[in-house]
This record gives sequence, structure tokens and C-alpha cells, in this order.
Amino acid sequence: MSAPLLVVDQLAISFPAEAGRVRVVDRVGLSIAPGETLALVGESGCGKSITALAIMRLVPRPGRIETPSRISFDGRDLLSLPVTEMRSLRGGKIGMIFQEPMTSLNPVTTVGSQVLEAIVLHTKVSAGEARRRVIELFEMVGIPDPAMRVGAYPHQLSGGLKQRVMIAMAMAMRPRLLICDEPTTALDATIRAQILELIRNLAATTGTAVLIITHDFGVVNAVADRVAVMYAGQIVEEGTREELLGRPRHPYTQGLLRSIPRPEARGRRLEEIKGAVPRPGQWPAGCRFHTRCPVAFTGCYTEEPVCTRVSPTQAAWCHLVAEEARP
Amino acid sequence: MTGSSNLLELRALRTWFPIRTGVFQRTTGHVKAVDGVELTVHRGETLALVGESGCGKTTVGRTILRLVDSSGGSIWFDGVNLSALPVAAFHPYRRRMQIVMQDPGSALDPRATVRDSIAEGMEAFAIGAGHDERTARVAELMRKVSLDPDTMWRYPHEFSGGQRQRICIARALAVEPALLICDEATSALDVSIQAQILNLLADLQAERNLTYLFITHDLGVVRYFATRVAVMYLGRIVELGPTERIFTAPRHPYTKALLASVPSLDPARPALKPSALGDVPSPANPPPGCHYHPRCAVRLADCSRQDPPVVKFADGMCRCVLASGEVGARV
Repeated sequence: MSAPLLVVDQLAISFPAEAGRVRVVDRVGLSIAPGETLALVGESGCGKSITALAIMRLVPRPGRIETPSRISFDGRDLLSLPVTEMRSLRGGKIGMIFQEPMTSLNPVTTVGSQVLEAIVLHTKVSAGEARRRVIELFEMVGIPDPAMRVGAYPHQLSGGLKQRVMIAMAMAMRPRLLICDEPTTALDATIRAQILELIRNLAATTGTAVLIITHDFGVVNAVADRVAVMYAGQIVEEGTREELLGRPRHPYTQGLLRSIPRPEARGRRLEEIKGAVPRPGQWPAGCRFHTRCPVAFTGCYTEEPVCTRVSPTQAAWCHLVAEEARP
Repeated sequence: MTGSSNLLELRALRTWFPIRTGVFQRTTGHVKAVDGVELTVHRGETLALVGESGCGKTTVGRTILRLVDSSGGSIWFDGVNLSALPVAAFHPYRRRMQIVMQDPGSALDPRATVRDSIAEGMEAFAIGAGHDERTARVAELMRKVSLDPDTMWRYPHEFSGGQRQRICIARALAVEPALLICDEATSALDVSIQAQILNLLADLQAERNLTYLFITHDLGVVRYFATRVAVMYLGRIVELGPTERIFTAPRHPYTKALLASVPSLDPARPALKPSALGDVPSPANPPPGCHYHPRCAVRLADCSRQDPPVVKFADGMCRCVLASGEVGARV
């Protein structure tokens, strides 16, 4: 495997609360190789979106990235980078797409000029060259009639087309990393399939690494090479797509996959994960999942689980997995 | 009350919204959100109404409840033509049809306690004698949906999304409905919470013989949960049939495209097969002939000119000219 493009290590993000600062993300580690697609999966409030924002150094105040967090991209330490250099990385070598294409686009300018702006901001090209590049990009992301559509306003485009415009904008500077936060959640099923195929193809043809944030295991299976599962601000399991969907080891990953309604489960009760996700700041001691875990035992209530490797590519943070792995 | 197995029947139901333009707000066209829908819901079943955004599935639910006015056709509930009833005569029927919506956060009054939210319907329909008896019933309903009755004096913001959806279900059940319209009732919930709510709905149905009209875009939930499925596209039902048949042997090209777009969870089969071309057209200006023809991979020359025939089968119907070649009589 080639050297990783992005490495996140010991990431901790805190927000102020009534009783001091609360860590909404803690000891998160990730790495993505060039051309690889990593899915970061979890339920709402688990910290997956704020992790993505931290990589772009966009954690909103009063949130703070705590020491000893480390984020390196292409060999450079992002957390100590001057603001101006960070700004040119964003939208340059790191592209981003968000869930709501409607709110990410400016409603009073044409979509073509918005993509043009991104190109002109990052490179010195003539207006004519930039315009040609926009039409090329629109063609690449599968927008029909690209030469005509550059003159369209966002409200004139469907949700699927708007998301294609967002992808064109993110791909404008040939980024090495594309961060997608729930890119298909607001889209219809038939359009979702088209957009996922587009992301998959772009990653394969351009060699762009992709970090995709999602709560949907169907999306994971459609695009990811590797998967990391987050719960209550921490990563609880990671592995290849085949490993996590086929042989999940952490009780949380197993519970999530079992609670998805599947045709085989028809007529039977769905397996639930009891209770609800605890709120930040009310995270239980020991393993944070122990209050909902069907197989928790004494050690889980007091001690934080450590990383247990179960294969060269799969690891789980779970006391039970550690017990079973002991020789 | 009749003994018929049909609880709800929609006959040629139309809900058109006028498009007004210019200074004089003249009506220049219509958004045909619901355009000739024929549908029968059997007592005790779960009928799933599926389709993409803008297909009119939510408007069907709202029209049944008279939250929007229909423009034509009729709605029969328990053998009574509701469309012919004036507002006052309709009121008692409204008690027997309740709705649970997608976003439990905005469906509840943030300034009302959970007790008051759940008891509101009982007050409107004079169920239970007085404040204390209603409070006792609220406690019973909260236990039924696995909420702690001691929390009934709290406000919605103190509950999680899943708990709020339980409050909405308790509120709907408070007036003892026969029909529960679930409009994307589990779509905003996390998957582990969705499983809890689906199990709760299944238990309630078994216990009270409730009938569900389950409006959703999530085909995984439909295959797990529904008795029959109606597929809607641009205001019309294009296919209807029992759940397993729809999923294993779909007849309409649109149903086939929808099913192909469901991402698989099998790591051995990751690939998606996007088979519907382009986007859903605007319901204000649907394509002529078969509304689906511009996106259809198997269209014939006539599909852009002629309305597709409604082909009836023993287990349902399909609105497609290709289905008329199969066994079944052309209508």
C-alpha cells in the first residue's frame, strides 16, 4: 500500500458546556491512501461530521481542537499551517460536498459562474480558458447540455443536478482528497444511485481519495474500500468493506447491521439496540457503548477498551473482542 | 359500520393545485399532485405507498385526512363516502384516521407538555371524563409506547428523536383510530431507533388490528414491513401488488428501476445498477402519454403519445403497455 495521503491521529474536539469543556470527539485516528475511499459511519451525534470539519480546520467556535491532535495531509501538518495556506488547500487540494446542495449554492448567481469563481480563485487562467474548464467539468459529472446549463440558476435545477454541480465545483481544482458529508441523503433513490456511481467513477479515474460520511450501510457498500464506525465520539471498529459488512466484530457494528430491515427478517421482530445514543457530556464511563451493549461484562463498566487487531486490516475497540483474541 | 374487508377506498381521486401567475393571479395551469388514484386499503393490512419526492404520495395522505381539499373523485371510509360529507359530519370520521409524520420535532407543540400533547385529541373528541381520567389514559398510552409516564409533564425538547416519535404515536392512538397514516414516520430516525419504532408499530397492529397506510421512500422498510405495495409516479399509481411479488417479479419499468437503485448490503454484491435515466420531471408539466416514458429504458414509440392502459391482474395492477402482453385483461 502506498503512503497515506491523510493521517488523523489522536483527534480530540471539545465544546464548552456547563461543567467545563466536553469532548465531542476523542482519540479518533484515520488514514486514507491516494485513490482510496474511506467511509466514516455512525448515527446522528456520534461526531462524524465534526471530524470532517476538523480535517478542513472548519470546527466552528467555540469548538476547539485539543492537543495532542495531529492531522497531516500529503506530509504537511494541517494544524500548524498558516491560515492563508489552509484557505488555498480548501477547495484546492481538498474538495468538499455537503448534504444539502440547495443551501450550498448561491441562489442569485448562475451555477456556471459559481464554479468559475472557484477556478479563478485558485489559478491564474484567462476567463475563456476557465469557462471552457467549467463546461468540461459539467460534462465530466454528467450534466446534460453543459454549455446551456452553465447559465442556469440553482432553482432551475433538480436536486440531483445541483449535487452534480457541487461535485463539479469540488473537483474543479483536481483535488487529491474529496470529503463528502452525507452526499446522497437528501436525494431520491434513483438519483442517489446515479450520484454514488459518479463518485465511485471519479475516484477510480482521477485517483482522488474520498472520505465519505454517512449513516447508511447501503451507501457504504456501494462506494467504500474501507470503513470506520463511530459511536459517541470515538471510533469503535475499522476494517475493509468486506470485513465490516461480512464479519463485524464490535457489538455496536453487529447491532447496527442487524437492526436494518432486510427481506429475510420479514415476519420476525427486528433486533433493536436498546436505549438511545447518549448525549455528549453524558457519556458513560468505561466503554461508552456498555449501557446499550447486549454482551457487556464487568470490565466494560469501568475500563476504556483498547484497540484489538483481528486481522491486518480490521480492528475493534472492545473488551470482549480483546478477550477472544487472547491466546 | 359495515363488515366489508375494505376500510378505505380511493376512487379516481384527484388533488390539483392551481398555478397562479401575473398581477391578477389568473390560474394558468395545475400541479396534478394526485391525478386519478384508485386504491383500496384492507382492514388490518399495511399498504405501502412508495415513490420519489414530488410523486404525490404525501398529498394522497393529506387529502384523505382533508388537510387539503380534493379536486375530484371520492374517498370511501368504512363504506361511507367522505367526500360527500360537510365538515361537521366529517368530524367524527377524523377521529378514526390519524397521522404520524416524519419530523417528530416539528409535529409537537414545543410549549405544550407531553401530557397535553397526547390528551389534546381526547379533548377535541370528548374522550374520557375530565382532566384526571385523561391524565390516567395518557400514562397508560405512554407505557404502551415504552415511555416513562413520570416524564409526562416535561416538554418535547427534553426527549430524543425516537422518544418524540413515540409521543406522536401515543397521541395518534389516544383517539383510538382504525387507520394510521404513517408519512415517512421512520425516515428521520437513526437505524437502531427505526428498528424500535417498526417493532412498536408491528406490536400495536397485532394488538389493535390497526390498518396502516405507510407512505415512504425507503424500500428496505417496505419489503420488511408492508403487506402490499402501491408504486406512485407523478400523481398516478403505476403498479400495485403483494410485497414479495413486487420485489421479486416487478412488472412496471419504473418499479424495476426503483428496486435496482436500492443499495445492497451484501459485501459480495456492492455494485448499484442505476437504470432510470435522468431526473423526475416536474408534476406541473408531466410528459404526455406515459409520464415515465422519457426515463424508461424499454419505451415504445407510442408511449409518448398514448396514455398507458391499466392492466389488472389477480394480485394487483400495472399501468404499462408492456404489461398488457402478459396474462390479464386489458381494461
